[in-house]
Amino acid sequence: MSLTVLNVIVAVVIAIGFAALNAAYLVWAERRGAARIQRRPGPNINGPFGLLQPPLDGIKLMTKQIMIPGGADKILFMVAPVLAMAPAILSFVTIPFSETIVAHNMDIGLLMIFAFASMGALAVLFAGWGSRNKYSVMASVRAVSQNVSYEIPMLITAITVVMITGSMDLKVITNAQAGGFWHWNIFPSLHSPLMPLSFILFFICSLAETNRAPFDLGEAESELVAGFHTEYGSMGFGLFFMGEYANIVIGASLTTILFLGGWDCPFGLFPGVWWFLLKIYLLIATFIWIRWTFPRTTIYGLLNLSWKILIPLSLFNLLLTAGLLKVF
Amino acid sequence: MNPSMAITEAPGLFTADGLTGLIFLIMMAVTLIGGLIACCAERLVRAVAGLMVCFIGVAALYYFLNSPFVAMMQMLIYVGAVCITIAFAIMLAAPEESKKNGPAGPLSGPLGFITAGIVTFGLIVMALRTQFPILPKVNQGTAKEIGIQLLTQYSMVFELISIVLLIAIIGALVLARAGRSK
Repeated sequence: MSLTVLNVIVAVVIAIGFAALNAAYLVWAERRGAARIQRRPGPNINGPFGLLQPPLDGIKLMTKQIMIPGGADKILFMVAPVLAMAPAILSFVTIPFSETIVAHNMDIGLLMIFAFASMGALAVLFAGWGSRNKYSVMASVRAVSQNVSYEIPMLITAITVVMITGSMDLKVITNAQAGGFWHWNIFPSLHSPLMPLSFILFFICSLAETNRAPFDLGEAESELVAGFHTEYGSMGFGLFFMGEYANIVIGASLTTILFLGGWDCPFGLFPGVWWFLLKIYLLIATFIWIRWTFPRTTIYGLLNLSWKILIPLSLFNLLLTAGLLKVF
Repeated sequence: MNPSMAITEAPGLFTADGLTGLIFLIMMAVTLIGGLIACCAERLVRAVAGLMVCFIGVAALYYFLNSPFVAMMQMLIYVGAVCITIAFAIMLAAPEESKKNGPAGPLSGPLGFITAGIVTFGLIVMALRTQFPILPKVNQGTAKEIGIQLLTQYSMVFELISIVLLIAIIGALVLARAGRSK
């Protein structure tokens, strides 16, 4: 009993610590990456390579006064940042980092991550509405319509993988891809010749679900000041950003587990958590690279891409996979 | 833990039963508080927030009852879809936050309290009189087992529910179309 309690406490601390550490240092990585792409130094003053920047930023954000605009709905305004961060941390509970490193493996792990991820849109809605700022409201309506429309192809693509593996258990999905990179789901197999397409669909959807450029219409600062977090200062703003980066980590982890074999080594050497971390950080680097390379799309282009291209493609992919699974 | 047995003494707080009971009570409180907020809030968006809290509490109760699949579906569908749809509808339809207005219905006031009292009394009597038999566990409640049950024994119910959803979608489309031609 006491050992179970200890396990739970350790798992919770590690999940929160991992999420917070990643959120803090991915901001640094993003700023350095953006600077490199734009040919400027980026934050490089505090500490070696600017590595002390995230803790200093954290101290700055936490010591600032919390400003609540006059007409705002105080409760919703305060709750929204928490609601942005909490589901992201909860999702870490079921992500298997390796064969042994998982807080609580569930047989419906994939479903659980999608269930908590769907709460993120509510945080954006409450933030926009609570601020009583028309730019915030418009931004949150945009962000949520985007979230809702990209959740559909993402779920359908995930179901394709679930059908091939026959399980929603993230550990089982990973183990089904063990033994060399040619077993990974990203490569086409007899049952699923369109797997590379699934991977691209899933990756695009996870970019859009995390509100990243070129799909960051909710934060289009040229049109909407700063989007749904216009009125937020101090740690409220900080929590939104930590939530965003935690979501990026979850998106990258899910992509790794579903398509890139999780902790499996490409050549069967030294399987372990480092391969998982290597893969997710490579994906996150791609996220950052894409963000600073592509211009922002328009809201109509964004919604049309989802409803007219991604959803029909993912449905076709689903039907094809179902048919081939039945035949072979 | 037979509920029909008379409870002789309360379990200690830091025993397994005690902690389980405490968690159960917290979940009940979350559900009830969420429901109260949803009913009593003057601002519609806050009512949606309360509804969300209530749904999360219900999902926690499902998890407590050892059916994580239903709990996650509750989160995915009710919190992730229904609440967002309602909030979206509020934002698109009512840009001004309207306070409660309009005439109060015939059930507000003493009549409402009497009705609520009778219903509550009836529910309490029913809950206290009922013998709660402990049924054997049918299965583990995994997605696979639920899927097999839904597509074999309960396939009729499953299909009927999908027809209800289809009718709802068609109805929504008809209503929206009628508005568009105006």
